[in-house]
Amino acid sequence: MNSRERILGRVRRALADAPADEAPIARDYLREHGQRTVAQTVELLAENLADYRAVVHRTDPGGLAGLIAALLEKRGAASVLVPPGLDEGWLAATGAARVADRPGSTPGELDRVDSVVTACAVAIAETGTLVLDGSPDQGRRRITLVPDHHICVVRVPGQVVSSVPQGLERLDPARPLTWISGPSATSDIELDRVEGVHGPRTLEVILVGED
Amino acid sequence: MSGTYLGMPAFPEAAREAVGNATLRGNLRHATHTIRAKRATAVSEVSDWAELREAGKRIKDHTLRHLDRYLVQLEEAVTAAGGVVHWAADAAEANEIVTQLVKMTGESEVVKVKSMATQEIGLNEALEAEGIHAYETDLAELIVQLGKDRPSHILVPAIHRNRGEIRDIFAREMSEWGRPAPEGLTDTPAELAEAARLHLREKFLRAKVGISGANFMVAETGTLVVVESEGNGRMCLTLPETLISVVGIEKIVPAWQDLEVFLQTLPRSSTAERMNPYTSTWTGTTDEDGPQNFHLVLLDNGRTDTLADEVGRQALRCIRCSACLNVCPVYERAGGHAYGSVYPGPIGAILSPQLRGTGSEIDASLPYASSLCGACYEVCPVAIDIPEVLVHLRERVVQGGEVTREGNKVVLRPAKGHAAERAAMRAARWAFTHPGVLRGGQRAASRTRRFHPRTLPGPGRAWSGTRELPPVPAEPFRDWWQRTRGGKDGDR
Ligand code: SF4
Repeated sequence: MNSRERILGRVRRALADAPADEAPIARDYLREHGQRTVAQTVELLAENLADYRAVVHRTDPGGLAGLIAALLEKRGAASVLVPPGLDEGWLAATGAARVADRPGSTPGELDRVDSVVTACAVAIAETGTLVLDGSPDQGRRRITLVPDHHICVVRVPGQVVSSVPQGLERLDPARPLTWISGPSATSDIELDRVEGVHGPRTLEVILVGED
Repeated sequence: MSGTYLGMPAFPEAAREAVGNATLRGNLRHATHTIRAKRATAVSEVSDWAELREAGKRIKDHTLRHLDRYLVQLEEAVTAAGGVVHWAADAAEANEIVTQLVKMTGESEVVKVKSMATQEIGLNEALEAEGIHAYETDLAELIVQLGKDRPSHILVPAIHRNRGEIRDIFAREMSEWGRPAPEGLTDTPAELAEAARLHLREKFLRAKVGISGANFMVAETGTLVVVESEGNGRMCLTLPETLISVVGIEKIVPAWQDLEVFLQTLPRSSTAERMNPYTSTWTGTTDEDGPQNFHLVLLDNGRTDTLADEVGRQALRCIRCSACLNVCPVYERAGGHAYGSVYPGPIGAILSPQLRGTGSEIDASLPYASSLCGACYEVCPVAIDIPEVLVHLRERVVQGGEVTREGNKVVLRPAKGHAAERAAMRAARWAFTHPGVLRGGQRAASRTRRFHPRTLPGPGRAWSGTRELPPVPAEPFRDWWQRTRGGKDGDR
């Protein structure tokens, strides 16, 4: 008997006299916490992102390229990683050298890039969370991990949901997902929070209004 | 379970030693009280906590009731998504599978995400014996590994170390393993974290094989979920070419939607955050993004035996949030090492003796490593009635009875050499049915301790060795003891 059969057999014997389980699981928990207008939900997202030490900026579509250029310049970024499907216009105003997100690029190459700019799939207001799903405007998972500076653009209010349940509904489990709530952090040393152990030390989020 | 530390003293002995260590007690007290207070705030933010907790409990119970079906469904879904599923009945088999998988890649180094399951089976040691070096990449695990130490908390494994100790470990050990600590390293957390970042980055960037556990596996979709803070998880899950995940069979949830419960309760219960900084999910492999080879090792190692126990099986609901450790008065004083297992605290006291059986002295003593105050049950996000399981396991140790070991029903004899615990049970029952006395005693004890007898006479010693005694009233202690409990066969 192989281990698969052995384990499944043990499970079945272990459960032989367990009572049947009939009652459906009550899902009487909330779909979202509290009543908010759309604008308040966006405001809550901004607050919770900032609370976890992401740097939040706001602009409109016309100001986006200028803002991204300014943020890269302030950071002194000479090079910026660009996912293949990123809106060309977003980087129109920066002079930073573009580095393409290629399947063949090595971790060492990624490590030498200063910044990365991506879009996101959905943002969750109650928890201050951005979710990336690897779509062309977000790129491979590692590009938002290895460089030290990540600028993430969220379209508001279209990409914002209130809660974790509402976020999961919008996501496709077949895609690799990365949920990001603030920059990388640790509290392992006497529970003092320190940002950026392994991931980006600086996360900047741009909330861009829709036309 | 080969995670038993050899030569580990039984709980009362180990705890006595820990209680006498002032640094350890100070570090622990600071840490557990800080997390405890933050957690209460995080939980109070969600008004439906009770409903979420009940749903979490029900989802896990339902999954366990149909575990065979969900395991098969998970296997199909993972396979369909491009992963390879392996089944391991025990620690030795799991270690063998992982070792072979690593050898097939031709690599002799792997990077690891913190994982309770791989600690439980002693994977690092097994790999080392085959010439494969495993680097722990969680900051706290790195501190533990460099310090040639053992983890003492589920979530913050180096909770027993303060910043000065960590600085010394980094300065002394880092150069042995790779990039040395920077010259003149101070003990500020930011500098220590930076030293770890630099030290580990060179490992991440060249790693070809990553090893992880998982917090959840979704049967419906074949998705695995890892919840973390530092990004070392993401490094291990996405940079290597091969990813091997070793996961206990109880970590399944049936459906994608079920994550909406646990992704709300887990972060708030464990780190007291609305959400942890990073959560990664992956479903098999994805073309040109992340590892192109994915192996899932499904681990039994005593879990099916635990499942066979109708009271004890609820321990398998555990999502390893560690909230129960942070509220436990016994853990706070004794520290994680005293439990002699990778699962310390209240959950360890019920899980380890079930996974490993109560044959060893440490496992037989673990169900006594509690005051039954019930705080652990109160905070548990999946409502595991830890005191109920503790009492059930004490009965098993003392009275014996039918249990399942490696899938077979066996009858345990009443444990010999547990006369002390039998007496301790009686004494404990008395003290804890007189809470005013106990509380008063704890207050008084701190002021007048040197005048108190340190241990109870006779068989009560095992109990009093790790606890403060009730207060000494007007009459001498021995008279009081004699008059109230002594000589008689307790209060049964
Ligand atoms: S027993 Fe409950 S409180 Fe303790 S670690 Fe497990 S889930 Fe958390």
